[in-house]
Amino acid sequence: MEFNFDLPFILGHLNYWLFVILMLTGLYIVVARGNLLKKIVGLNIFQVAVFMLYISMGKVAGGTAPILTGTAGEAYSNPLPHVLILTAIVVGIATTSLGLALIVRINETYGTIEEDEILEMDQQKGQSELDAINKAAAATDAQGAASKK
Amino acid sequence: MELILTSLLFLALVTTAVAIALVRRLFAVVMLAGVFSLLSAMLFVLMDAVDVAFTEAAVGAGISSVLMLGTIALTARSEKRPTHYSLVPLSIVILTGLVLIYGTLDMPNFGDPMSPVQTHVGPDYIQRTPTDIDVPNIVTAVLASYRGFDTLGEVTVVFTAGLGVVLLISGLGRRIRRSRREDKAPSKGAKN
Repeated sequence: MEFNFDLPFILGHLNYWLFVILMLTGLYIVVARGNLLKKIVGLNIFQVAVFMLYISMGKVAGGTAPILTGTAGEAYSNPLPHVLILTAIVVGIATTSLGLALIVRINETYGTIEEDEILEMDQQKGQSELDAINKAAAATDAQGAASKK
Repeated sequence: MELILTSLLFLALVTTAVAIALVRRLFAVVMLAGVFSLLSAMLFVLMDAVDVAFTEAAVGAGISSVLMLGTIALTARSEKRPTHYSLVPLSIVILTGLVLIYGTLDMPNFGDPMSPVQTHVGPDYIQRTPTDIDVPNIVTAVLASYRGFDTLGEVTVVFTAGLGVVLLISGLGRRIRRSRREDKAPSKGAKN
């Protein structure tokens, strides 16, 4: 593919790049921050940036909002991305609320909503369970050896 | 003019997002998330998506703020200082960004009336709405009539999520009260 990076190209694509930057800020919060609530907020930022990308595709230069004005020959922006994103916003709040409920539940079980601490607790619990299993296995081995004698 | 407004709003949006990443008090994070939603609603108005702006302001700045405030009331008030810093997240993010920007390069220009998005089914809906549905708002016509079944599916999704939330946190108050009672009981025994 060949692109000529002249002024109209840059001005026409600037919006998309700005939305990508916003998306990345959201992604960074999700990946780098340990607090679970902050992760949800980051996810929301990412989501809104995707919405903006979609909406910007439906925009027609010189057009108005897709509400019929009655004047003939009026240019309207494309209503279909708007419909799609309306649905996406509602589904987004549904997933957000489910995530928040999960956070409340995690806090109830672990007493914290920091990812590092939860991982540490899980590792300790796993280690102590492993120790218990090993101990039990050693005990049965010793029993088996004793009965053979 | 529109470009200047978009850039200004965008600058405010990025500042808010960076502030969300840096601030440790979760109350401030939730409030900034509300600000972010409101600013994005303004950007949606600039891009002619008035219905989306309306929903984003109501849902993003309203309902989700309330839900998050409820969550921090039940869990923690501030974020703990991270124990380690690593460059892995930053490199992942930058790599993703480069791929995404590469993906935008062959997209049509912003606002191009001849782009594929504008030349297929979109104009058809705009032309047919006055005679078929007779509602001035085309978004409403598509959402509630042409694609009514999709909206039914959306309602199903919301219902399922609501069911999930209720199942996850049902009995929470009861459990909290019980654990408090158990905490109190040994101390009473120690006094006697």
